[in-house]
Amino acid sequence: MRTEIRFSGLGGQGIILSGILSGKAAALFGNKHATMTQSFGPEARGSACSAQLVVSDEKIFYPYVTRPSILVAMSQEAYQKFSPDLAENGILIIDEDLVTVNDTNGQISPLAIPATRFAEGLGNRILANLVMLGFFSAATEAISPDSFKKAIPGSVPERFLDLNMQAFGRGHSYGTESAAERTRQIRLKA
Amino acid sequence: MKADAKGVLTGAHYLDGDHACAEGALAAGCRFFAGYPITPSTEVAERIASRFPLVGGLFVQMEDELASMAAILGASWAGKKSMTVTSGPGFSLMMENIGLGAMTETPCVIVNVQRGGPSTGLPTLPGQQDMMQARWGSHGDYEIIAVVPNSPQECFDLTIEAFNLSEKYRVPVMVMMDECVGHMTERVDIPAASELEVYNRKLYDGPKDQYLPYKVENGNGQVPLMANAGDGYRFHITGLTHDERGYPAMNAEVQQQCVSRLMDKITGNAADICRYEEHRLKGAEVVVVTYGISSRVTMRAIELAQAKGLSVGMFRLITAWPFPEKRIKELAEKVKSLVMVELNMGQMVHELERCVAGRAKVFLSPHAGGWVHDPDDILKLIQEAAK
Repeated sequence: MRTEIRFSGLGGQGIILSGILSGKAAALFGNKHATMTQSFGPEARGSACSAQLVVSDEKIFYPYVTRPSILVAMSQEAYQKFSPDLAENGILIIDEDLVTVNDTNGQISPLAIPATRFAEGLGNRILANLVMLGFFSAATEAISPDSFKKAIPGSVPERFLDLNMQAFGRGHSYGTESAAERTRQIRLKA
Repeated sequence: MKADAKGVLTGAHYLDGDHACAEGALAAGCRFFAGYPITPSTEVAERIASRFPLVGGLFVQMEDELASMAAILGASWAGKKSMTVTSGPGFSLMMENIGLGAMTETPCVIVNVQRGGPSTGLPTLPGQQDMMQARWGSHGDYEIIAVVPNSPQECFDLTIEAFNLSEKYRVPVMVMMDECVGHMTERVDIPAASELEVYNRKLYDGPKDQYLPYKVENGNGQVPLMANAGDGYRFHITGLTHDERGYPAMNAEVQQQCVSRLMDKITGNAADICRYEEHRLKGAEVVVVTYGISSRVTMRAIELAQAKGLSVGMFRLITAWPFPEKRIKELAEKVKSLVMVELNMGQMVHELERCVAGRAKVFLSPHAGGWVHDPDDILKLIQEAAK
């Protein structure tokens, strides 16, 4: 089965690293094929930026994401830009403090986490992407948390490894415990 | 012989094509790099710059691409496997010295991560528009070798292959990547050094006063033996037409011998050099010929076409130059039509048409670059070609 995933946000939020870590987790530790492509150029350095990941049980030829079934949005601009492409019945995951969902037809019911706030609670907002990955892993089951835990070492600075693992764990436990409840709390604007 | 373990990062990695290319160079034994950074090839240079100090390599950031190309030729004559990396605009600047490399028969590897052109064109977006320049970009008659990877794994594998071919045939070898493949991240498996075959140039070890740098020994496939500068052999290298001694001999007879051999050593060994991949060609009425990122986009179109019951297969160029002429001629006898899919307005299609020579119809799916083909457009052309 082919799963298309898009991670999006602002340049500097660690969006590309989210794509790399997810692809690495799937391809090296999850027994899957995974191809990651990324926005490149000025947009990766400050404005709406995204990383695309195709995960499949079979060899991947066409490497691009056209109709993602999972969209992770960590900024309003990214949400506005990328949510129209989300597949029907796709999963939208947002940082609830940074993204207001204004879906008019009520089709999209996002899974939400205050990832950046949690990261600040851990001492640094730069960890928000790892919090989000933990949540993503719990909420979608596209890539297992065990695979992520093997993928993170070597891909983040050694001296911040523990902090990154904590951030991942924070997002993951929040996801498993309360994703459903959180979802209900999102007020969809009519 | 086997690779030097020092340069081989054995294990499973998640790498983009640029980084995988750099690891391929290290594994092949490349220990000299000269280059000038240019998108979308810069990551190759960055990784080499960070890894070379660990393996005893020398990285030089040059003032420009002319000098980069000249430096890798010099380093090669000093006995080092050498490489440079660039994209279209830099590739243009390298052309004169690529000709010098062909004429002096200097092993070296030139990586071109292709972006959209002409001129500075599209720095961050893909193209496959330098394919003819790779073959014909320098003046005069010569042959080169060019390989075209379509995945990060192949960026690793084919960079090693490029070094092996350059050492074996004493010719500049080009690794014609594209922005898509260069910036795409996938699993790359790097084997143990003991499982990696590397070819090192054959060196002359005869009497010091009898060395003829351009004399071809029997049984060495038109390729003369090399002597590295500093090993005690006295010899002359020039871009001028030269005799076996390496000294200028500017007359029609020597020119005929010199140029013929430069070409024959590649065309005469095409069977050894050429690599390609065939997908569902048995009984196919339509064959799509493609390479690099376009081959991966084509695969989606082929799946769509097969779902519609069309008899279509794919022939992927792994070696673009020399062109797999013999195999294309065989295919042209069997199929109704061939379709070329490439990220340019029609380059390798000319070579395809030359080889097909009217035996079958030839179609082109052109694209000016900046993005890949829409698989639906390829599908439509396959349907037309199947009529």
